[in-house]
Amino acid sequence: MPKFTPLDFKKGTTTLGFVFNDGVLIAVDSRATMGPFIGSQTVKKVIEINKYLLGTMAGGAADCYFWERYVGKECRLYELQNDKRISVGAASKLLSNILYHYKGSGLSVGSMIAGYDPDGPALYYCDSDGERIKGNLFSVGSGSTYAYGILDSEYRPDLTVEEAVALGRRAIYHATHRDTMSGGNINVYHVGPDGWTRYDPVDCYEMHYDHPELAIE
Amino acid sequence: MGDISTYNGSAILAMTGKNCVAIISDKRFGVQYQTISMDFDKIYSVTPKLFYGLGGLVTDMQTFSSKLKFRTNLYEIKNGRTMEPAVLTKCISSMLYEKRFGPFFVQPVIAGLDKDNKPFIASMDSIGACTFPDDFVVGGTAEENLFGMSESLWRPDMEADDLKHVCTQCFLAGINRDALSGWGAVLYLITPDGVIREDIEGRMD
Repeated sequence: MPKFTPLDFKKGTTTLGFVFNDGVLIAVDSRATMGPFIGSQTVKKVIEINKYLLGTMAGGAADCYFWERYVGKECRLYELQNDKRISVGAASKLLSNILYHYKGSGLSVGSMIAGYDPDGPALYYCDSDGERIKGNLFSVGSGSTYAYGILDSEYRPDLTVEEAVALGRRAIYHATHRDTMSGGNINVYHVGPDGWTRYDPVDCYEMHYDHPELAIE
Repeated sequence: MGDISTYNGSAILAMTGKNCVAIISDKRFGVQYQTISMDFDKIYSVTPKLFYGLGGLVTDMQTFSSKLKFRTNLYEIKNGRTMEPAVLTKCISSMLYEKRFGPFFVQPVIAGLDKDNKPFIASMDSIGACTFPDDFVVGGTAEENLFGMSESLWRPDMEADDLKHVCTQCFLAGINRDALSGWGAVLYLITPDGVIREDIEGRMD
């Protein structure tokens, strides 16, 4: 029997998310690579599932995008059937169950599901191995180790929203500096009790030359 | 370990102008996806009017440039004059072909002015097959990107200032689409009056 060869649509990425007292913060880079060729520097790697739920993209772009949109649809159906919003845990489990179902077929997904539900802010890590972990701090992708370096030394639960945004940006910036496969714009989202807000994208180039104070602290 | 010629990443471009040549290289030294250093330029000088750049595997760039330094110094001592660009090119080419079945993984790019101050550029593959175009030559992992940019922006008989500008812009646009090279650049502009070295700011991601 011929062995199934997984298609190689993987791209390098740095994504991070952390829970703090005022909600969840998500920060991502925006580079898409095809081998060493840089295909785009302006990819949106945060998928807006609904007003209270965000998903991040790492691994295969199409796999992440399709299945997170699919989860968005399932979440909306849940809302209509039960007259209440789905919890972050349940939404992430919808995704995780799908990924586990397809385990071994070559899907490539490394995603964080972040959101706010009646129990407060929550963050889950799901991947195509079928793993699903709840946590306060994650970083996913080829640049994740560099991002962890910054996050682990400067993360505190009592960060203000502004401090959290700055920390997220700085961690992604440092990851893009050392990881070839990450770069371009930095996108930041904050999820609070009233849903998510998106912050203006910042180009790594501007951060390096025009605002070194943002990059270095 | 993957392909050895894209293990470290590099980009080199040389262009001719009117009585001048420019050679530019990136400054990244990386190991696959990890960037180790950002001040590693890949251009070596033989005389104030003759430079060459090496793209490819860094360990071979270092070994080969040392061996070449020995050969160019010996040439000067024996002949009482410095090497001409065409002589250097033949020298590099034969040194590379000596290792036909176990090559140095380098892609040399040569740029200089000859004894009549006529621009000279050349490039070759890792086993010494030379090309001598009269417009521009490229080397390294960003080769295709640099060809595309240079093909559309180069024009004959550019003055030194224009050459510097065109060369820089072609190079930056080229490396910005290559993940394995970049992190700043260094340019050498060679004219009959002398050489100007300039560090160029580039994207640092």
